[in-house]
Amino acid sequence: MRHLLSAADLDRDQITEILDLAEEMSLVQGRPVKKLPALRGRTVVNLFFEDSTRTRSSFEIAGKWLSADVINISAKGSSVSKGESLRDTVLTVAAMGVDALVIRHHASGAPWQASRWIDAHVLNAGDGTHEHPTQALLDAFTIRRHFRRSVDDQLNFEGKTVAIVGDITHSRVARSNVLLLNTLGAQVILVAPPTLLPSGVESWPVLVCNDFDQVLPRADIVMMLRVQRERMSGGYFPTPREYTIGYGLTRPRLGAMKPGAAICHPGPMNRGLEISADAADAANSLILDQVAAGVSVRMSVLYELLGGGE
Amino acid sequence: MRDLLIRGADLLGRGPSDLLIRDGRFLDPGDANGAVDQFDADGLVALPGLVDLHTHLREPGREDAETVESGTMAAARGGFTAVLAMANTDPVTDTAEAAVHVASLGARTGHAEVVPVGAVSKGLAGAELAELGLMARSSAGVRVFSDDGHCVADARLMRRALEYVRAFDGVIAQHAQDPQLAGPGACCHEGDISGKLGLPGWPAAAEAGVVARDVQIAELTRSRLHICHVSCAETVDVIRWAKQRGINVTAEVAPHHLMLTTSEVAGYDPTYKVNPPLRPDEHVEAVREALADGTIDAVATDHAPHARHDKEHAFAEAAFGMLGLETALAVVLETMINSARMSWSELAKRMSIMPAHIARLADQGCALVAGEPANLVLIDPGARAVVDGAASASLSRNNPWHGRELPDPVVATIWAGRITYQKQL
Repeated sequence: MRHLLSAADLDRDQITEILDLAEEMSLVQGRPVKKLPALRGRTVVNLFFEDSTRTRSSFEIAGKWLSADVINISAKGSSVSKGESLRDTVLTVAAMGVDALVIRHHASGAPWQASRWIDAHVLNAGDGTHEHPTQALLDAFTIRRHFRRSVDDQLNFEGKTVAIVGDITHSRVARSNVLLLNTLGAQVILVAPPTLLPSGVESWPVLVCNDFDQVLPRADIVMMLRVQRERMSGGYFPTPREYTIGYGLTRPRLGAMKPGAAICHPGPMNRGLEISADAADAANSLILDQVAAGVSVRMSVLYELLGGGE
Repeated sequence: MRDLLIRGADLLGRGPSDLLIRDGRFLDPGDANGAVDQFDADGLVALPGLVDLHTHLREPGREDAETVESGTMAAARGGFTAVLAMANTDPVTDTAEAAVHVASLGARTGHAEVVPVGAVSKGLAGAELAELGLMARSSAGVRVFSDDGHCVADARLMRRALEYVRAFDGVIAQHAQDPQLAGPGACCHEGDISGKLGLPGWPAAAEAGVVARDVQIAELTRSRLHICHVSCAETVDVIRWAKQRGINVTAEVAPHHLMLTTSEVAGYDPTYKVNPPLRPDEHVEAVREALADGTIDAVATDHAPHARHDKEHAFAEAAFGMLGLETALAVVLETMINSARMSWSELAKRMSIMPAHIARLADQGCALVAGEPANLVLIDPGARAVVDGAASASLSRNNPWHGRELPDPVVATIWAGRITYQKQL
């Protein structure tokens, strides 16, 4: 694997390989000495054009536990306003001799552009409103464990239904999850008011529904998306109250879930808006498992990019 | 200067003929006397020199991206003998003094006639009218006014501008973009591709809606309205309706909207970022059809040079625009002539006669007959080449045609009797 830019870069076998390796990596996390020597002497730069404590630290820990040298560079703010082009920033960092660049950018496509300018491996850690492939991988990791543990002791997504609920238009998590879950054979249903569904969604490999209550009893996984503050003032829906009543995972809706179904949320949560405290902390909530999976999955991806064969 | 005799050129596709040029004008070829320079135009098509209603020359302000000198050299290479220089320079062309300055820069270079476009509003801010009358009365003789780059979004300001310029036969050239439906961040045609790529959408309705409003205002004020860079089928429908109703509206299309589609954006290459954005096939087909049937009156390049570092940002943050002067004729040839949608005389109308008429340029877009100014382009209809962006006369390299095989038609350009470009064979 040269780069990981999109969840669509991965076929089912590659996904399975990454998730299986992540399972092995997660065993390391239980040991008192967590470091593996796999990437000793390799340099990974986390180049973050947008703040994200959670994703950055997860990549940082993943790199360090594989013994890579990890450097964090914050390039926050628009490159236009700083007067340095994206290309110059990326070339400057690459010129220091890095093996992999983990890029988070507030603008869609930036990691694609970077991958054309440099020789180092590029890993997309979230680009604008486009994709966030490692989030989709860690979600799949978490969901797969859940299926194996509590449903049918299988690693299979075929026949399973995943509802993704909320602001699909502006969600990179949703785009990557749609692609990845579709590759794995799950049925994805997008649930949102029409104002938060992206143009062209009819051609996506998903079902679309505006009515959460119609979908809820059918879903094996209910994935709630964060409502960004700027959407609340952007006229996408009338009031937070109306949003919660229509699309929040409220306490009454918890009771309407399919038996054995589980809850995901990529975080950070707006408790009381898209997800109630009862749902966030419910026994069938996988939200903390998702966070824990982040490090294992990112170790696995870094290893796939930088490990063997070179 | 000796007389120039052009031998055997096919005049607008109507058959071969000789053209004699003396003192910047055509003469009857029989009047040749003494020694003449001869130009063998056997097999070449002659058209009146092309006129571009929509050029960004970047001077004053961004001489690193383009100058009047380099931009008009690119114009001559593209077969143009006149360009209208858009007002969004720094300072903005919103006073008579600024307009006269741009015209004088043009007069100094000598590659093509440079005609300034005046801003509609002071500083392109969309709030108060610029000094339209003073620009019109100045030696620059401004007749075309545009806030291009910005839409005149305020309906009342648009009404006043249209009314006011009627006094001196001016025209308002509207950059139609509803700022509420397509804000400054909008950078990809709203549809399947914008949704997949996660780029802010620029819906066709944001263009057609403003045009629908403006043709109504043009009817109300009995004024001349021109629509810049028509990019979508919905706008074509509105203009067709307005013309049937007798409203005084004209329209232009940019070469890139005649050939390139939204799918170019899929790789996030900012070379393909342009405003209005590239549209899907059905819109490309609609603007081609409208250009063929005359609903769209003119091809205008929207030549928009940018320094490399202004294009090498993330897609959403990179500058809008692409080069066009040197390749415009090639693209129109490929999409309209080689597909038999248009004749040579229709092409002459769309790229010379109509743009000259819209801008009220007396010495451009004239017939190739004795007594008229000697502006023409000689075309080899069969020549083809792979476009080399590095070989451009423009100072910029944001060339979406780089690496593509296209016609390579321009053999020579003659402005006011002087050869401003001649292809090296």
